[in-house]
Amino acid sequence: MSDPNAITSVEAPSTLPGAEAPRGRGKSDKPRSLAGDAWIDLRKNKIFWVSIVLVLVILLMAIWPTLFTSADPRACTLANQHKGASGSAYFGYDFQGCDVFAKTVYGARNSIIVGILSTLLAGVIGLIFGLSAGYFGGATDAILSRGIDIMLGIPFLLGAIVLSNRLVTPQSDGVLAVTLTLGLLTWTSAARVMRSAVIASKNQDYVAAGRMLGAGSGRLMLRHILPNSIASFIVVLTILLGTNIASEATLSFLGVGLKNDAISWGISISEASPYARVATEPLVWPSIFLAATVLAFIMLGDAIRDAFDPKLR
Amino acid sequence: MDVVPGIDPRAPLLEVTDLHVEFRTQYGVAKAVNGANFWLSPGETLAILGESGCGKSVTAQAIMGILESPPGFITKGEIRYRGVDLLSRPEEQRRKVRANRIAMIFQDALSALNPVYNVGFQLSELFRMHRGMSRADSKKRAIELLDQVKIPAAKARINDYPHQFSGGMRQRVMIAMALALDPEVLIADEPTTALDVTVQAQIMGLLAELQQQRNMGLILITHDMGVVADVADRISVMYAGKVVEEAAVYDIYSRPAHPYTRALLESIPRLDMKGQQLNVIRGLPPALTDIPKGCAFNPRCRYAKDPCRSDPPPPAYAVAPHRTARCHYFREVLGE
Repeated sequence: MSDPNAITSVEAPSTLPGAEAPRGRGKSDKPRSLAGDAWIDLRKNKIFWVSIVLVLVILLMAIWPTLFTSADPRACTLANQHKGASGSAYFGYDFQGCDVFAKTVYGARNSIIVGILSTLLAGVIGLIFGLSAGYFGGATDAILSRGIDIMLGIPFLLGAIVLSNRLVTPQSDGVLAVTLTLGLLTWTSAARVMRSAVIASKNQDYVAAGRMLGAGSGRLMLRHILPNSIASFIVVLTILLGTNIASEATLSFLGVGLKNDAISWGISISEASPYARVATEPLVWPSIFLAATVLAFIMLGDAIRDAFDPKLR
Repeated sequence: MDVVPGIDPRAPLLEVTDLHVEFRTQYGVAKAVNGANFWLSPGETLAILGESGCGKSVTAQAIMGILESPPGFITKGEIRYRGVDLLSRPEEQRRKVRANRIAMIFQDALSALNPVYNVGFQLSELFRMHRGMSRADSKKRAIELLDQVKIPAAKARINDYPHQFSGGMRQRVMIAMALALDPEVLIADEPTTALDVTVQAQIMGLLAELQQQRNMGLILITHDMGVVADVADRISVMYAGKVVEEAAVYDIYSRPAHPYTRALLESIPRLDMKGQQLNVIRGLPPALTDIPKGCAFNPRCRYAKDPCRSDPPPPAYAVAPHRTARCHYFREVLGE
């Protein structure tokens, strides 16, 4: 194409008829967005369906526990202590004579509330830190990134024990305290992922093109960079949701999470563990539910990440 | 509509004077542009020609005000649009000049369009934000624009995403976006490099047609001598961040006044030289962190003598009216 005559000799009509004919617009030929492509991928993924069913069941359990059990988890009779499973109490009774099945079903609510709220909090903090560090760069990035490093340097359990002890008030059941503790301690990885995604899309031509067309910082950040960098961030959050539910159980097990009159899987496991050799059921069932919930959320996050990652397609 | 105060409609459309841009990196200071000078009038096409890394794109980014800073800094010079020195104006005013008065087309249209929005949204967003149009009106305008850049079935394609367009169609969308707000200056940064030859010709034809309709000034940045010969009125040849020769397109092709221009022209493959070895310019362009003393081209120049190898570098000699060359021996090069 270095021949000066090339263009004049080609004399191409400015539109070639038929070269780019309008395509038939059947239902199958609808324009597909990134999310549309991801959905087509997800539909074929068995892991996605397994995890989504599990997640829905657990959510239903949290919202509407009476759908699963008519027993009252707080109505305990000591006479039933460590009785085995039966037709009225599927998972048997624990040390206090409480229905283990009812306690497990009711325990979903606190686990889910703490998990979702703490993840949302972590997400908001991570988004603000990651987006501003990545977009503004330079000194802002240095300061915010060092802040993230410091947060990462705090040993999680130690930090959580200290923080939740400071935050909890004597009267409360500790849901708020645990939510804040987990939210404030776990946003760092989300922030880092967001920061790197923002840096990657900030240098794309379409951001320069946006600026060329007169877009300001706010518009560039929220309209052009954020939608292009949010995918991996959301995936990190779904995985974080799983681990936060597990962390709530850990803290409750250690006695610094939810207080005794609250019902949660962590507390149930903690209460049942001294009597594991006498009655295994009060220990095993909440553990299975906890593991299944965490696994379901992590699998869901994995499946979504795979669907949104163009490199795996 | 005056976008910024102080615009003088009689002043030249665009004037770049003694522009210096450098990149401060951890490996040293790269002097990307070292005194670029050129001007542009309405309806005129100025081609900026040069090898990779000679400061063409950086000059365009500096004019647009989209230079990544840091590491890029404009250290000296003026960019005057209708008499207004853009560099001395606050960012808010510069932002209004962009797109409204000066717009740019990028090399790779796919990466210059946002992948998560359909083209209709991206086009109509411009009208909604800059013109305050309603959703329905702005969409109508977007369809008109796509029609103007000759995208077939514009109405149906408005909801398509950038990746659903072919390379040529995508570049048309990019042109539509750049022209949406009727700019007076259009900078095209290698608009056809990513396209194949027949599509290149179509896009260049479209650009020329739109330019004529709108009486726009067009700055065409390219390394493709073929494209230049066909569409440009004047040419600025850049080397190591300096405009080494500026002249009307005919003058440059018939009688180059700078050894670099001459070497570029001689390196074009010609049909009558079939089977022979191609002429090349020996050596590489200088590293921008370490530009040779004197004339930057001297290590590769067959005309170079002692004065070329020492400072000061050759000034812009007036070869003829409206024609300059930065070479001490331009007469020799011209063959006088």
